[in-house]
Amino acid sequence: MQNKVQVHTTINGEEVDFLCEPRQSLLECLRDNLNQTGTKEGCNDGNCGACTVNLDGRIVTSCLVLGVEAEGRQITTIEGIAKGNQLHPLQRAFLEEAALQCGICTPGFIVAAKALLDHEPNPSEDRIRWWLANNLCRCTGYDKIIRAVQKAAAVLQEAKA
Amino acid sequence: MKWFDYSAPRTLDEALDTYASHPHARLLAGGTDLLVQMRAGRKETDLVIDTKRIPELNELHCNGALTLGAAVPCCRIYEDAAVKSAFPALAAVASIIGGIQIQGRASIGGNLCNAAPSADSIPLLIALGATARIVYKGGERSVPVEDFCTAPGQNILQPGELLVSIQIPKPEPHSGSHYLRFIPRNEMDIAVAGAGVAVTLNGGTITAARIALASVAPTPLFVKAAGDALVGQPATEESVNKAALLAKDAAKPISDMRGTADYRRHLCAVLTRRALRAAIVQAQEA
Ligand code: FES
Ligand code: FES
Repeated sequence: MQNKVQVHTTINGEEVDFLCEPRQSLLECLRDNLNQTGTKEGCNDGNCGACTVNLDGRIVTSCLVLGVEAEGRQITTIEGIAKGNQLHPLQRAFLEEAALQCGICTPGFIVAAKALLDHEPNPSEDRIRWWLANNLCRCTGYDKIIRAVQKAAAVLQEAKA
Repeated sequence: MKWFDYSAPRTLDEALDTYASHPHARLLAGGTDLLVQMRAGRKETDLVIDTKRIPELNELHCNGALTLGAAVPCCRIYEDAAVKSAFPALAAVASIIGGIQIQGRASIGGNLCNAAPSADSIPLLIALGATARIVYKGGERSVPVEDFCTAPGQNILQPGELLVSIQIPKPEPHSGSHYLRFIPRNEMDIAVAGAGVAVTLNGGTITAARIALASVAPTPLFVKAAGDALVGQPATEESVNKAALLAKDAAKPISDMRGTADYRRHLCAVLTRRALRAAIVQAQEA
C-alpha cells in the first residue's frame, strides 16, 4: 500500500499539516512540500551540515531525518531565526564579518551556532570550532565564521547586560 | 530511496508484533547509518519501524550498573551526570561519534547493530563487559557484546529480534576505562585504528583487564589474551607494554585508503599502551 502520510508538526512556531511519502527526508519535505527553501542540501548524507535544523531543541541534519518523524515535534529552520524584518545578531554578524561567500552553508551554520549560543552564551573559540565541526564551508576558510559567532555572542551578552 | 511504509510503535509488544509479521523490515533509531545506506541502495526494505517511541529503547538508567536503551542518542549519554561520573569513557566516546548534529540522533545501540569494524563505541563496550539484551516475540536472550558482530555490517540478530538495550555491569572499585582512536583530522572521521580498555586495580596490582580494538579486523576485536596477560601484574610501564604488543599481534588489519596494515598494527600498540596508561590513572584515582 503506497499511501502518503499526513504529518502534523510545528515549524517556526506555526502549526503545520503536510502530506509526504515516508521515504522523504525532512529536508525534502521542507523544501519540496512546504516551499521552505532556506534550508539547503549539500551532501544529503549527514556530512556537510547545510541542512541543519533544530528539532525539539537539538540540532540535527534534516537529510537524515524522515519527514514522518516530525509528527508532533517542534522544528526551527533558518526562516525562524529573524524576528520579522529584524535580523538575529548572528545573521547581522555573518554579514558584517563577511562570513559567507556563496552562502549555501550559511543557514546551517546559523541554525547550529544559535543552538550553541542559546545554551552557552560565552563559548570559547575552541568550543565554537568543535560545535561547528559538522558544518562544512568550501569558501570562507572558517575563520570569518568563527569571528562572526564570537561577535554575535558579544552582542547578545551586551544586550542582556 | 525506494518506497517504504513507516511504522512508529509505542510499545515493545507492538513493535515485536509488527516485526514478526514483516521480517524484512528495517529498524530505525537515529537513522544516521540506515538512511544513508538506503539512499545509496545498499539496504532496501518495504517497511521501516521507528524504535524511538518505544519506552524500553529510550531508557537510560545508571545505578552503578548501566541500562542503555538501544535508541538513546549520544547527546543524552554525555549530558547525563550519573553516566558521566560512573562511565566517563562512555560519555567521551558518545561525544566523538560524528558531530553535534549526528550526536543528537545517533545511538550506541545503532552503532552496535550497524556492526562496522571501525565503530568507536564497540571496543569500549567490550572492555566494559557489556551485554546486548535481545528481545523477540515470546522470549529474550542476552549476548556479550564481543559476540554480537559477525562480519562487516552483519550481526547475530535474527529476523524478528530487536536489540532493546545494552547492559553494562557496575565496575569494581578502583576501575578505570578509556577509548582512544587515531584519525588524521580532529573530528568527524572514521578510526584508522582504535583501542578500548578497562582495568581494575588492587593496590599496585592489576586484578582484571579487558582490551578490544577497532578497525583492525572484520569485526571489532576482543583481545582476551592481552587483558589476561595483565592480571596479577604490577600496574607498571613494563606490563602495559607487554599487553600492547599482544594487542598488536592479535590485530588482523587490511590496507586501504585510511592506512596500511603495518601502520594499523603499529597504531594498535601505541593506542593500547596510551589507553591503558589513562585507564590505570583513572583506576588509581577512583
Ligand atoms: S545535506 Fe544534510 S548534512 Fe549535508
Ligand atoms: S560560503 Fe560557500 S560553502 Fe560556505
